[in-house]
Parts: sequence; structure tokens; C-alpha cells
Amino acid sequence: MNLEAMTLERLKQGYRIKQFSVKEITTAYLDRIKRLDNKINAFIHLCEEEAVKEAKALDERIASGAEVGPLAGIPVAIKDNICTDGFKTTCASKMLGNFVPPYDATVVKQLKEAGAIVIGKTNMDEFAMGSSTENSAFKITRNPWNRDKVPGGSSGGSAAAVAAGFTPLAIGSDTGGSIRQPAAFCGVVGLKPTYGLVSRYGLIAFASSLDQIGPITKTVKDCAYSLEVITGKDPLDSTCYKGVVNRDYKEILEENIAGLKIGVPREFFQEGVDHEIQQAIKISIKKLEEMRVIVEEFSLPIMDIGLSTYRILSSAEASSNLARYDGIRYGYRSDNSADLEELIVNSRTEAFGKEVKRRIMLGTYVLSSSHYNNYYKKAAENRISIENMFKEALKKYDLIISPTTSQLPFNIGEKIAHSLEMHQSDIYTVFANITGIPAISIPCGFSQSRLPIGLQFMGSPFSEGKLLTVAHQLEERLTLQQQGLELEVREGCD
Amino acid sequence: MRLETIIGLEIHVELATKSKIFCNCSTVFGGVPNENTCPICTGLPGTLPVLNEETVKLAITAGKALNCEINLVNKFDRKHYFYPDLPKAYQISQFDIPLCKKGYMEIDLGGNQKIVNITRVHMEEDAGKLIHLENEPVTLVDYNRAGVPLIEIVTAPELRSPEEAVTFLKSLKTILQYTGVSDCKMQEGSLRCDVNISLRQVGQETYNTRVEIKNLNSFREVLKALKQEEKRQRELYLHGKGDTIQQETRRWDENKQNTVIMRKKEESQDYRYFLEPDLGTLVIEESMIQGIEDNLPEFPRARRERILKQYGIKEDQADLLIREKHMINYFEAVVTFGGNPLEISNWITVELFKELKGKGEEVRIPIKPKYLAELIKMVQEESISRPAGKLVLKELLVKDKSPAEIVGEKDLEQISDVQELETIAFNIITENPQAVEDYKKGKAKAVGYLVGQVMKATKGQGNPQLIKEIIEKEVQK
Repeated sequence: MNLEAMTLERLKQGYRIKQFSVKEITTAYLDRIKRLDNKINAFIHLCEEEAVKEAKALDERIASGAEVGPLAGIPVAIKDNICTDGFKTTCASKMLGNFVPPYDATVVKQLKEAGAIVIGKTNMDEFAMGSSTENSAFKITRNPWNRDKVPGGSSGGSAAAVAAGFTPLAIGSDTGGSIRQPAAFCGVVGLKPTYGLVSRYGLIAFASSLDQIGPITKTVKDCAYSLEVITGKDPLDSTCYKGVVNRDYKEILEENIAGLKIGVPREFFQEGVDHEIQQAIKISIKKLEEMRVIVEEFSLPIMDIGLSTYRILSSAEASSNLARYDGIRYGYRSDNSADLEELIVNSRTEAFGKEVKRRIMLGTYVLSSSHYNNYYKKAAENRISIENMFKEALKKYDLIISPTTSQLPFNIGEKIAHSLEMHQSDIYTVFANITGIPAISIPCGFSQSRLPIGLQFMGSPFSEGKLLTVAHQLEERLTLQQQGLELEVREGCD
Repeated sequence: MRLETIIGLEIHVELATKSKIFCNCSTVFGGVPNENTCPICTGLPGTLPVLNEETVKLAITAGKALNCEINLVNKFDRKHYFYPDLPKAYQISQFDIPLCKKGYMEIDLGGNQKIVNITRVHMEEDAGKLIHLENEPVTLVDYNRAGVPLIEIVTAPELRSPEEAVTFLKSLKTILQYTGVSDCKMQEGSLRCDVNISLRQVGQETYNTRVEIKNLNSFREVLKALKQEEKRQRELYLHGKGDTIQQETRRWDENKQNTVIMRKKEESQDYRYFLEPDLGTLVIEESMIQGIEDNLPEFPRARRERILKQYGIKEDQADLLIREKHMINYFEAVVTFGGNPLEISNWITVELFKELKGKGEEVRIPIKPKYLAELIKMVQEESISRPAGKLVLKELLVKDKSPAEIVGEKDLEQISDVQELETIAFNIITENPQAVEDYKKGKAKAVGYLVGQVMKATKGQGNPQLIKEIIEKEVQK
């Protein structure tokens, strides 16, 4: 019996029929992490003691016949930019190296209430800025499929942890693709929900109008299970959706998808897309057609403005959100400063990494009164036209399909010095953030070099149900699981 | 060269909400440092603001009291600057679209009415406070005030003298108090004022370079600072050096009794305003505005007219009472317990004000209205003398007892028993033959002396009117 390879769903069944206990699940995963994470570096810190304690308590409750939550006993890894009460939350930055939040993020609270067991905090690009997890101030995470490759980013630690069998569920955050791109690189499922579906309270902000928290799992069904737990209104987040959403995602996974219309934006398949990725998507499209889904090519002429709009908006908001780290109240404080101004300048200079500084400077520039109209204002206008184009497209199509990334996972160190090339990693993913719509990345095949390939579905706001249903049925049809997805992960690790 | 003074005001007013603008912390003044704080108002990573609806209601109330148009679709903006009292390094404010605009307020300039236009009123959050230790190179921060809701009121540059500016501020303060928008306690910083001042030749249509003066914490400082700056600029113009006036920010230095420079224009900050993404669009319903308008309380001017008509009190006393809402409320509360309004007004504006003097006009009266009414009644019915009444008033200020109890304790009951008083008066007359002589020689004052002696003998409890009658009757014999 291999607990670490099990899906979340299978684990739930297991302890219900007393095949194994919650404590056994927890220790199995923790043992695996301790044995193998030195090769992957998915975690920044573990919450071992508390996790085992929680697991024991849960076993007792289960034994006493008490009701337990929908994720009872499921280990969960949390990206280190999501606050955990009493546990360090560093954003993989020297700036917050010792920051211990006095509160749980709403998602952490929801997960705990659902019975999930927080086992640790995962590595990431500093303040979620990056696409390779190389921008962490602490360690470089490796791709479990090939340890010379990056796991993607910024939620690289979370994606690698699921791929390496360290946890059946990890939570990430996605500002321009930070859940979906690493999910694609690591061969796992990653969902960026509709903006406002999941509370951002406790997520350390990078770009507030783009950030969303979402789950990373082995299967689409596990994703549906997890999403049900972390959605819902939150009085602490004014941007949370206040309307009614049907959250029974797993109930509709088997609904008939025949007759649904899926659009293929021509511009997403032009030059620069890896040939093997193109092939893999084509196979998936064929599978969808076999299920009598109508797939149609159409034009979405936005490729040229997506990334620049994203860069300007996200950097502007980042420069504002990261201004509070001044060394005064918490976080890193420089020892060498003669006065207040020096204290602030030196603390920031010494504690922020290169990429973070780059974005703060860019953001400050585009918001300054003499450049505001040329940059920020234009980007905000572009955002509206992109939103309108997607709205139009999603009137015609139930979903839009595209590759998650244009390239296969690249080598560690390959792109870190080339900021612009690195930014290209987000070329297909930023649109869901700019427009606020939901998007999911699922594995759809492998390259000849045995590297995973990701496929992305995008849908109308709050169409997560449809997104998950189509993704689930395609996943079943692709039978990658049966093709030894798990085995590969383990071989990559052991 | 005939010069005229151009003054515009920016007034920050703390709204009288119970909790802060974006979290549930209390707004109460004077707590232990950082007692009223939470992760949200100290801007801890990951926290988000949620707008307190009460803030919007009070801001609209202010807007309506100042005859403003209310903007229906609103947003918030971030205003950035680095300073330790600002936990997020940006202030959530409203930049290009204020909640209220195009209003006006009427002020009374010695009988003449003047309309002063209000350019805008917008909502924002207050910052914390720095405390510099005296003998150590240490600065502490108190975030109790961080996140307290403010409105900023901006007037058009239509005030023409420092005195006019102060008149405007006084009327504004009264209106904001009457409408419950703010307690406007200047000592506690819940009303703060920045002024802009420039001079120009009479008849000139454009404005000259203006100077801003910040951190004015009392009407007296506003007046003094404006007068000083007016004088400084006037002298420069009269010496042909008007063009050397720079657009700059100065502050009032209480020790130097003058304005000192804070920063020049080129040092002015770029606040990098942009839309606050953590707060959604704020849509105001017409019905909400209507509800607020329908419930606006009686304004000071109208109330003064009503008070005069209804109670027939003296005009100068009405003016004193109307100045603070709690004072006029107190007067009316005492009146409801019966008694002569004229007497009540006298007691409050003369005797009580004398006792409260030096404690600031914002001080609350600690005497229950019922007790003051009883006290005045006792004096009027002559069960105690007026001097004894004043004694009881002093006691009432420090003790929570009824006037009757205090009178009993202090044995202050007035002696109106004619026989008893006659006995004492006879003795006094016998002991003071000289005074009687004086009277008979035509010195009417001698009666006063004898009455005084009787009062002394009765420890002030004798009924002075009766004593006077008795003495006059006796010495004339």
C-alpha cells in the first residue's frame, strides 16, 4: 500500500474503511518529505509536530464517531505567501525571513475547519515574482521529473510537492500564471479560480487586482474536492464575490459534455510554440471531439498587448503593496543607518532580491505623475479592451483551450539572467488574471524527453463547474494516470 | 498698492464613528498606545480593508450639511509616501472623484451674510502618531489613530482675511457638531486645519503664488499664523519683492510665534495615486441620501431663532449657549424639568461658565440637568439664598448628589423665620450704635453694613430681603 501515491479521494476512502489511520497518512507523507525533499527543495519549513498532533486528534474524533470535515486527514502544503497563524510566512524573501503572522489566512482557516492537516510551507519566487522559483531567497526548487529543470513558478514549491508525492494537495497563488505554469511544468493539475471566488485575506499581496489563490492536485477530481472547501464569501475581503455560486463541483464532473463549444484562439498557436506542445494539444482536441465536443478555431488578436498590460499593472500594484516593508514594524531591518530615510532605504536595499527591485522600480515609474498617462492609464484601458474581447469570445464558446506554456520546462539557470525571456513564460496565462476569469491547467502528455506538457482551459466568470467537468473527462480519456504518471514521479525522486 | 488677501482652507475632521474606517478597532481617543489596533489597521502583510458603512453615512451627512452634490459612483485611491506613522506606506483616500462636491456654507460677518463655496469633501483614513522621546534618540509609534475615518473639506479661495477664516472655521465646527458628524475637539486633533494664503492687487483676476501652512491646532493658531504670513507677504509686495514668494509649505512654530518653512515646491512629493484595488466600487443609493437629508438635525442658526422665540432668553446668552451643541442641549434639558428659562440661562451662562472657565469650551457639564433645575428652583422659592445656591453649584460639580442632599449636609437652608431673624437683628443693632447713628445722619449705606452683619451671624443662611426689611424698620424707629 503506497499512501503517498494516492489521490485525495482515495485517501478519504482509506481511513473511512479503516484501511489506515489519519496519523499513518500524515507520517507517511512527512517521512517521504524528510527522505527526499533534500533533492527537490519544495518546502521552506515543515509543521511536523502540529501536523502529527492534529492527525492524532482527528483519529480520536473519527474513532468516537464524530462528524469530520470534507478534507479530514488530508495533508496540505501551503505556499509561503499565505499567512499561517504562529508559523513563519516568508514570501521566500529575506525581508520577511522571520515574519510570524498572528492570524490564519481565510483559506487556511477553511482548510483547517474542513479537517485538512497543514504539513508545511512551500518555496516560491520571492513575493511570487517569477516563473521558475529561482528567485527564492532561500533555495532553488527542482522539477521532480528532471532535477536539472525548473519546476516553474512562482508556486514552484507547491507544484513540485504534489508532483513528488509529498502531499496530495498544495495551495498556490496565481497573479499571471503562478499556479498554472508550474502545474504544467510538474505534470499536475492547477486551477486559478475566478477573481473573487476565493478570499484573498491573508495572501500577502503582489498585485491585488490580479492575485487569486487556488489548489494544485494530482487529479481534476481532487481539485474539485479542494475548491469546494476554499470558496465562499468572506467578510474580511471586499473583493469576494457576493452572489450565489453552486459549489458542488464534484457532483457534476460526470455530466454529459457533448455539444459544448470550445474555441481555439488561432493566435495562441503561432510561432514560438514548442512543436511537441502543439502536438499534445492537438491530440487533446481530437479526444474532445471524440466526446462530441464542438471545437472551433477563432481569432483573438490580443497576444501583443497581454504581457505588457500585465507587466505594467502588476508592477504598479506591486510597488504599492511592497511599500509597507520599511523595516519599522516587522521584517528585516538594516543595522547600518544614520537616520530614518537611510533605515528605510537600506532595509529595502539589503532585503529585497533583484527581480523584486526591478518590479518595484518599474511600478514606481509607471505610476509617477509624469508617466502615469503613458503607461498605467494605457494599461488600464488595455485591460478593459482585453476583458471585452474575452467576454465576446465566451459568449460564443463555453470554454477556450490553449497550451498553458509555449515551452517545455527549461534548465535551472537558463533564463534567470534574461528577465524578458522569463516573462514570456506567462504569455498564455496572464489573460485569465487580467480579465478575472477562471482557468485550469491539466497534464495532457509528455515530451520525448519525458517532460510534462500542460493544457489550459479558460471559461466565463464562475464557470469553474464546467471547467472542471470538461477537464476531468478529458483527463480520464487521456489516461495519463494509467500511463504511469505516478511511477515517473517516484523514479524522478528516488 | 492696495492688496487683498486670498485664503482657502483644507480641513481634516475625524468622523464620530465607533469603529475605524477599515476594521473593527475602536476610535476612542486617549487609549494606551497601540491598544486599539489590529493586523488590519497596522497594515500587516496579507490583511485587507473593508469599508465601514457608518463612515459613508457621516461623510454624506457632512456633504448635505454643506449643501454639496453627492457623487453616486465612488472609488478609493492609494496615496503613497514613506513615513513610520503610515503602516501601509499609502493612505487610502479619494483622489480625483470626491464623495461630495460643489457645496457652500453661509457665514455671518457682523450681521452681513457671506457665501463661501466648498470645492469638495472626501473620505480618507488617518495616520498614527510619532512620539519622540526627550532625552533618548528613540521615536515610538502609536497606531491608535491609524485608520480613524476622516473627511477632508476643501474651500474655494474665497476668504478675504484671517478673521474671516476663523469665523468660517467656527461656523463649520458648530455645523459638524450639530449634525453629529464629528465632536470637533481641536485639542484631541479631531478637527485640524491647513491654510493656503496669497495676496494680490485689488482688481487683479488671477491668483499669485500661494503658501500653505500646516499643523494648525487651534483657532488662535490659525489666526496668528495667517496674520503673520499675511504680514510677511504684504511686506514683500510693498518692497517690490512679491515675485520672490515661493510656492512652499510652512508650519506654525508655537515657540517662535511665527511660520517656518517645511518644504519647498521642488521637494513636493509624487504621491503616485492609483485606484485602490482592495475596495470595490462604492455605489450610493439615492434613497440613502434622501434618508440622511430627511434626518438632518436643526442647524445652529435655526435653533438660535427658535430658542430666542420659545424661551425669551437674552440674545448674548443664546449666542453663548448655541456655540456648543452639548451646551444648548443641556439648557433645553434643564428647562424640561421646569423653572424660568431666563433664570436657567443666567445660571448656565454666568455661574456655571464661571466655574468651568479654563477647562476649555468642549468640557461636558457634570451636573445632571434635573439637579440644576432643582437648585435654581430652590433659590427662586427662597428656600436657600443666592450665595448658598452658588455654594451648592460648586458642590454639584464634584459630587453626584441632589441639591437637597447637599443643602441638608451643609445646613444651608435659608432662614426666613421673621421672629428668628428679628432676634438676631436686634442684637446686631444694639452692638452697632454707630451704624444706626450714621444712618440717621443720612448714610443709607449703613443699612447694608448691618444686613451684612446679620448674614454673617446666620452663616449666610438668612433671607437677605427679609433682613433688610427688618433692619430698615428698626433703624427708622
